[in-house]
Amino acid sequence: MSIDLAFTIFVLAILCGVAVISKVPATLHTPLMSGANSIHGIVLVGAMIIAVTADNPLSYLLSFLAVAFASLNVVGGYVVTDRMLQMFRRKPAAPKADKADKADKAEGRP
Amino acid sequence: MTLDAAIVDPIVRLIWLGGAVAFVIGLSRMSSPATARQGNLISAGGMTLAIGATAFWLVVLPPTGSFNPIGWAIILAGIAVGGGYGLYSARTVKMTAMPQLVSLFNAVGGGAAALIAIDEYLRHTGAPGLQDNVATVLGIVIGSVTFTGSLIASGKLMGLRITPSRPVMIPGGRLVTAALAFVVVASALYLFLGNYSVAVMGAILAASLVFGVTMTLPIGGADMPVVISLLNSFTGTAVAMAGFVLNNPLLIIAGALVGASGAILTKLMADAMNRSVMNIMLGGFGGGEGTVGAVAGPGGSVREVSMDDAAIQLAYASSVIVVPGYGLAVAQAQHNVRELAELLEGRGVDVKYAIHPVAGRMPGHMNVLLAEANVPYPQLREMEDINPEFDRCDVALVIGANDVTNPAARRPGSPVSGMPILDVDHAKNIIVIKRSMGRGYAGIDNELYANPKTGMLFADAKAGLAELISAVKAL
Repeated sequence: MSIDLAFTIFVLAILCGVAVISKVPATLHTPLMSGANSIHGIVLVGAMIIAVTADNPLSYLLSFLAVAFASLNVVGGYVVTDRMLQMFRRKPAAPKADKADKADKAEGRP
Repeated sequence: MTLDAAIVDPIVRLIWLGGAVAFVIGLSRMSSPATARQGNLISAGGMTLAIGATAFWLVVLPPTGSFNPIGWAIILAGIAVGGGYGLYSARTVKMTAMPQLVSLFNAVGGGAAALIAIDEYLRHTGAPGLQDNVATVLGIVIGSVTFTGSLIASGKLMGLRITPSRPVMIPGGRLVTAALAFVVVASALYLFLGNYSVAVMGAILAASLVFGVTMTLPIGGADMPVVISLLNSFTGTAVAMAGFVLNNPLLIIAGALVGASGAILTKLMADAMNRSVMNIMLGGFGGGEGTVGAVAGPGGSVREVSMDDAAIQLAYASSVIVVPGYGLAVAQAQHNVRELAELLEGRGVDVKYAIHPVAGRMPGHMNVLLAEANVPYPQLREMEDINPEFDRCDVALVIGANDVTNPAARRPGSPVSGMPILDVDHAKNIIVIKRSMGRGYAGIDNELYANPKTGMLFADAKAGLAELISAVKAL
């Protein structure tokens, strides 16, 4: 991959990131941050690549730490985000249905 | 092997693209409460696919030409250790302690990106090309700053003694920070000129690690959410740099995506507190630097209310708005507040919760805590939505919230000036459950407490609510 192609991808991905997060209710700021936090766990792919190409003890040590760190980021990130979001589940029998609807409209939910 | 590079490479790259698409869709779905959980699952699915495809690619087409058993043992061991601890901690963490865990996950993500850049640099024997050189240095610098910075942020949220949540002024702090920045920039320029030196790279690494500490220590605990979000954005950027170093499009896309969306989110969070990101990073809020306004202390004009009086006011009100704050979260009193609310609702009182955008430890944290205690989601109202209702409400019950209710914010000249607040003082009666007259993070007295309509109930949020519940039951 040439550097100008890599840079093109980089810039387009930045624009994509800006476009995706335009308006978010404050309620979701924390879960969203945590969700974005899990996505950069993709660094695990890089850690795996350096591990299989390592050929000396120092390199093995560095790649072990990198793989362990990245896996902690990925697994922990997704699980804790899911735990947070799970709590936003509506209770099955909402007592005041009309009120719930009104709140839904205020939140912009269907 | 029957599979060759001409077939495997494009397939793996397409799956990587699919992973990147899943991240974008996942992030956009996470911006709305109804689709948020599904969005996170889509993103996790994309992650699993991308990592699976990478494993397949590395087995079928080993970059070194032959299967590396030690490398694979290390990958499996690393995933078992890191993934296992991640699963355990994420499952068992108390929701009140969740922000510091997210900060820890962010720290290790940045650490991993820095380690990759360090390892790649050590593999060179001479200076890499300028582009590689820049990406490597940036990966190391940003990754290490994020690593130590997030660890300090996490420690501050935990309230560790070495990292107190109050701003810590380092003697000659600005000078130290400037000197560290100078070391990094000068060393980086030296390397960019075509020199290869592990020692110089080591100096950059050391200076960046210390910089992460000196950058975060002076910032007060109340601002940590914004700092963590900013560091989260940094990690994304560091991962994109690792992508440049390894020439891997997936790392570039995902890293840039998080870097950009994290930056927007940081700004949204800072806006909710009416602060600028720059202002926060320069520190000094909540003590030091003479920001403490000379507001006259409420002194003797504060009125205490007895438990029974408070119970009567609440039980015979027709509408009550609960204003939960950080004090409620630390006292783990979210279940008690729900119990009280249900008791009042049983008596025909209309109960709502007013959620300030920065209530709790992070924006949205209070919603998570109350949702955990099974408070029905529709009862949680955001600030703009609930503020007009304070005029009509009989009792506002403030539990462990301070600065976000301070009417001083409406006037200029106070450290909280301009911060959006809940109009608690518009309620007919105000009951404040608070442990003491202590100040909030802004370090100023709350004029609300001196308001003649306000009755103070000095108690720990949990104990106070428990007593209030039995007092209401006894009526």
